Amino acid sequence: MPIKRFLPLFIFAGIFVAFMIGLNLNPREVPSALIDRPAPEFSLPPLEGAGIGLSRADLADGDNIVVVNFFASWCGPCRVEHPALEQLGQLDGVRLHGIAYKDRPSHSLSFLKSLGNPYDKIGTDLKGRTAIDWGVTGTPETFILKDGVIRYQHIGPIHPTEMDARILPVIRQLQQERAS
Amino acid sequence: MRILVLPLFLIMFSLNAWAIGVDKDRLADPAEEARAQQIMKKLRCLVCQNQSIIDSDAGLAGDLRGIVREQVRAGKSEREILAFMTDRYGDWVLLKPPVKPTTAILWFGPLILLGIGGFLVFRFVARRPQRLAPEPLTQEEQDRLKRIMGEKK
Repeated sequence: MPIKRFLPLFIFAGIFVAFMIGLNLNPREVPSALIDRPAPEFSLPPLEGAGIGLSRADLADGDNIVVVNFFASWCGPCRVEHPALEQLGQLDGVRLHGIAYKDRPSHSLSFLKSLGNPYDKIGTDLKGRTAIDWGVTGTPETFILKDGVIRYQHIGPIHPTEMDARILPVIRQLQQERAS
Repeated sequence: MRILVLPLFLIMFSLNAWAIGVDKDRLADPAEEARAQQIMKKLRCLVCQNQSIIDSDAGLAGDLRGIVREQVRAGKSEREILAFMTDRYGDWVLLKPPVKPTTAILWFGPLILLGIGGFLVFRFVARRPQRLAPEPLTQEEQDRLKRIMGEKK
């Protein structure tokens, strides 16, 4: 009989634990359906001049791990994560590309002029259609690719703690995959 | 107090001005526009999260409405348009989640709980002592009853 008496307590404990886990999940993190799939086809103009700024062909880049970052000059968190992007751009075997999301090229340019340009190539997604093809819900968002396949998605700005805990380990792991 | 009655009365009967899908680039054909709006109601705004894209004023929702209209115009079916969205944003973009092994608890959990509850109620009722039928009178009681009835006559 003593077990039966404590049954409500056990049920309460179960619900409590389930709620603690559920309430700590971040509803903002909508995972892209594109993980482990090839990047979508796209070709975007550059910030300055004519021609192609960034296209899908740039994403399969030999031995390099490719990082694609969606940014905008009007986006506050993009400013916050800028040091993280500079760090990524300087890593060996990593190529960082940017896609300016719904931003006037002149504004993007002055944004990069004042903070520094960490990107190798930049495409301008004026209407945000390429972002939708990537499953982006807002800037900043960062994708890590290998051989043109999307392997990891980071939603929101990259904080220094997340850089060490998630981004760098993922890059290291992908580099090891290549070595073996 | 009396001065407040009329304003309160008016507030109670005011109508909401629903600003739904107020886009400049609506489809010219009303039937197509209606079909597009039906599809929009099924898609979640990924910025506001608990609104459909038709209810949301977020920029991304506006872009997605534009894509839905474009594809309706191009003659795509609802299934094709919803597939376009789930290919990019996953099942989460659908306000009504599909029935799949991963969503089984969501869809059938309430039924299972109802079953457990029903079973407990059934067991409780079945175990309750049956007191509905009165016990027959004993010989002594019957004699007494006869005596009382006889006296009254």
